[in-house]
Amino acid sequence: MIDISESVMQILLALIVVGPLIGAAATLLPAPPGLKGKSPEQAVLRHGVTVTGVVLIAAIVLALGFDHDHPSKMQATTDISWIPALDVRIHLGIDGISLPLLVLTALLTFLCALYSYFKMPAGPTPKAFVALLLVLESGTLATFAVLDLLLFFLAFETVLIPMYFLIARWGGAQRQAAAWKFILYTLLGSVVMLLGLLLIGIKTGTFDMVALATDNGRSLSTSVQVTAVLAIGIGLAVKTPMWPLHSWLPDAHTAAPTVGSVLLAGVMLKMGTYGFVRILLPIAPDGFRTFAPYLAAFAVVGIIYGSLACLALAKQGAKGDLKRLIAYSSVGHMGFVLLGISTMTPTGVNGALFANIAHGLITGLLFFLVGALKDRTGTSDLDTLAEESGAALYGKAPRLGGLLAFAAVASLGLPGLAGFWGEMLALFGAFEPAAGLSRPAYLTFMTIAAFGTLLTAAYMLVVVRRVCMGATPRESPGLADVQTYEFAAWTPLVALTVVAGLWPRALLDLTDPAVQQLLAGGTR
Amino acid sequence: MSSLVQSVDWLAIAPPTLAAVVGLVVLVTDLFIGDARKAVLGWMSVAGLAASALLLLPLRDGDRATFCLTGEASSCSYVADRFTLVIQLLVLGGALLVALLSVTALKDADRELPEGEYWFLLLSSAAGAALLPASRDLATLIVALEVASLPAFALVGIKRGDKKSSEAALKFFLSSVTATAVSLMGVSFVYATTGTLYLTQIADRIQHVDGQFHTLAQTGVVLTLVGFAFKTAAVPFHFWVPDTYVGAPLPIAAYLSVVGKAVGFSGLILVTVVAFPSYADVWGPALAALAALTMTVGNVGALRQRSTRAYSAVRLLAWSSVGQAGYLLVPIAAAAYSKNAENAIGSTVAYALMYAAVNLGAFAVAALVARKSPLNRISDYRGLYTGSPLSALVLGFFLLCLAGLPPGIIGLFAKVTVFSAAVDAGLGWLAVVMAVNVVIALFYYLQWTTLLFRAPEGEPGTHPAPVPLTAAIALTAVLGVVLSGAPQLILRFSETVLF
Repeated sequence: MIDISESVMQILLALIVVGPLIGAAATLLPAPPGLKGKSPEQAVLRHGVTVTGVVLIAAIVLALGFDHDHPSKMQATTDISWIPALDVRIHLGIDGISLPLLVLTALLTFLCALYSYFKMPAGPTPKAFVALLLVLESGTLATFAVLDLLLFFLAFETVLIPMYFLIARWGGAQRQAAAWKFILYTLLGSVVMLLGLLLIGIKTGTFDMVALATDNGRSLSTSVQVTAVLAIGIGLAVKTPMWPLHSWLPDAHTAAPTVGSVLLAGVMLKMGTYGFVRILLPIAPDGFRTFAPYLAAFAVVGIIYGSLACLALAKQGAKGDLKRLIAYSSVGHMGFVLLGISTMTPTGVNGALFANIAHGLITGLLFFLVGALKDRTGTSDLDTLAEESGAALYGKAPRLGGLLAFAAVASLGLPGLAGFWGEMLALFGAFEPAAGLSRPAYLTFMTIAAFGTLLTAAYMLVVVRRVCMGATPRESPGLADVQTYEFAAWTPLVALTVVAGLWPRALLDLTDPAVQQLLAGGTR
Repeated sequence: MSSLVQSVDWLAIAPPTLAAVVGLVVLVTDLFIGDARKAVLGWMSVAGLAASALLLLPLRDGDRATFCLTGEASSCSYVADRFTLVIQLLVLGGALLVALLSVTALKDADRELPEGEYWFLLLSSAAGAALLPASRDLATLIVALEVASLPAFALVGIKRGDKKSSEAALKFFLSSVTATAVSLMGVSFVYATTGTLYLTQIADRIQHVDGQFHTLAQTGVVLTLVGFAFKTAAVPFHFWVPDTYVGAPLPIAAYLSVVGKAVGFSGLILVTVVAFPSYADVWGPALAALAALTMTVGNVGALRQRSTRAYSAVRLLAWSSVGQAGYLLVPIAAAAYSKNAENAIGSTVAYALMYAAVNLGAFAVAALVARKSPLNRISDYRGLYTGSPLSALVLGFFLLCLAGLPPGIIGLFAKVTVFSAAVDAGLGWLAVVMAVNVVIALFYYLQWTTLLFRAPEGEPGTHPAPVPLTAAIALTAVLGVVLSGAPQLILRFSETVLF
């Protein structure tokens, strides 16, 4: 949109990846004079807001400087040799697939930092909290920006330790067990993924994603591709998470602090699906084709399973935790994303990428809202909240209730909001999967998945009824309604949900050319 | 008639020789100086080790050889090629760090430990360990192995009047001697079938062994490996490790975990890759199985340590060193299957360098904490960050390097080279076993790391660090951080020709 020279773009992208790391190191130092603030805690939290803010601005400028006429071209590329022995290059770049995810990550992390500035989660020092948050941001941003398989692995692993500590130190009940489950599960997955990446690298002689995507699997025999896709796919599927490898997710979400949940759902799950699109689809297409129907089947089971679990949790007397419920709904939503990817068609993959962004916005907002509700009432247990007749949020805190209802209907895929397009495109993709994939099977998957959307609508409406509606008891203590800082943190998400819902082209114009090219034979 | 007198390249053999000479000088000096000035001995030894490490510099072209057969130039007993130099650097650098730890340990022991003997034994053992990678015939190899080991037995049992220390020494001694005896028998079998002790000649002749002697040669190969497998503490030769580490003075435990292992695996590499490449189908599967067993047993052992037990920190490091030995063996096993065996060996060397730096660092911080809590339980590390934030951060970094997770980037990439050696050789099953082990290992490393940052129980104690200990910690930490930024510094060994 605006013309920025390539070298500035390069510096911007490098800043986006490295900036948070430098910021994290700086948090460990004492605040310089003039920036001491009211207290050391306040100063360090402000530092977090500043750094993430700068990164967000850099990401927005990068998005503006991005050549929107050629979204399939890698832009702002840097390519420096780092470890020649392993053939690891610091190869960064963005195209229409990674740019939206990059901006989403920068935005969500900034909003989390802003939210924590006013509402620091209970736990040890804010200093460590901010440092970990920044390392986490760096790792996720790097995942979307790197174009080297081993660097991708490095970025993938970088997020583990910070997230572990965020859950284990600032989380709620059962946090230790949940944090362990999270890190051990994901590490096992990612080490298996490493084996697949190494197999590809050794057989082709390069770890460069662009070169490998251009090669489009021609220098890999089918058996190698099958093995590599199996290994890499397991690692990514744990992260996504795909049913039946999802069991770490509900525990992690339930125990994590609000911002932890927001980032986990909003950003980190996308690392898995992004890997499917960026690595498996272009680099090992034959291998992927072998597993695509199974992936689709697991995805569909995940959709139904997630919805049924949510329905069970939403039932009266089930002692369902709201955060756990949203976590299970994520399993369902990620099922749609995986279904879209497994069709191997431009429509399906575009839908998957759209659903990715939409899920990040909507579920991020949902976790923010539930976190706020938990802070006010002290519980996220649906039965305790709703008691007999319902929590009556509309009566007690109308704005909070309204926002929650908005996020819920966005999540169930109401046309006109972001949640709709991704799922619809994924279903469209399944209606006519790529050549070589069994159409009857995919039609079945499509039907079941469409049924899943109905279930999603059912449990979301049950939640809205039980939390938002109900009679307001006369002498009940009032709940504080939405505060200014909460508005500040949530408005961007609401606005983007509406914009993406009403104007999906803004996003699809970016992703579509890149996806077309990726499926047709790599990046130019 | 040509002269039978060999010319000696003194510069080539200078590093191990200097270490041995300084050892003797220290032993003699000990007789002449008073109790008050014993600290001089420590600094002499530190300087001696630093000097012998520096003597590696003029050799860095890696093209020297000496003690050669006068007839055949290719058969030499002492070769200072790149492999030798890297391992010598590891051994001498490791011994230097151990010496720094020992200075403090001896001072704190307050004449409980005999200083002159201690330094003499340490330097002798280091000299033997530095000789070993350069040896290119089986006799020198076994002699070097024994020169490195015998002083180590004495060092383990050096705590006067400590029953546990002497018991540990005895256990270590008996099992080690048995292993060496078995090794010697293997060497004699190999000599019987080939008629030579030079590794290169063995490699040549063992291919043409008379059919009748085939079994004998095979048995010889396997038995020879036993002695070195013992030194690397590979399963089933690992049982001495935990008790020995706990019984020995802490710096000696650190020494055994790094230098002792270096001795074992460099011997294994020489024997397998240089002497018996044609028997790869015998030692390849054996080493692969050994690697899988070693890492699993080591990590499971470490997992079972309860944090409140006495000496649990050292015990955990001991078991984890067994697990790490398993990773070190993977590329050696892969060398049997791979077309470019040397690159696979390079992965072991690179991993060993990383392991040496961060493991010694972890031991250095453990030594710091042990000054205040002599029982050295893992639970004593709780809240270390509150009292001494820097040492806690550094220890956390070392542990994550050992686990192989960012921010320990060098640990991660060292593991990646090992994995890639295994995948390259088609040892997929071993790679998967290792993957599972990495996850198991993360559990106990991270558990310890978490403990460092918890709120302390009671008053947070500060840990004032004496200068030598600070130097050791700083040195290893700087190494770790620099290597994390530029992993190429050590990973390049996995792509260059070492021999």
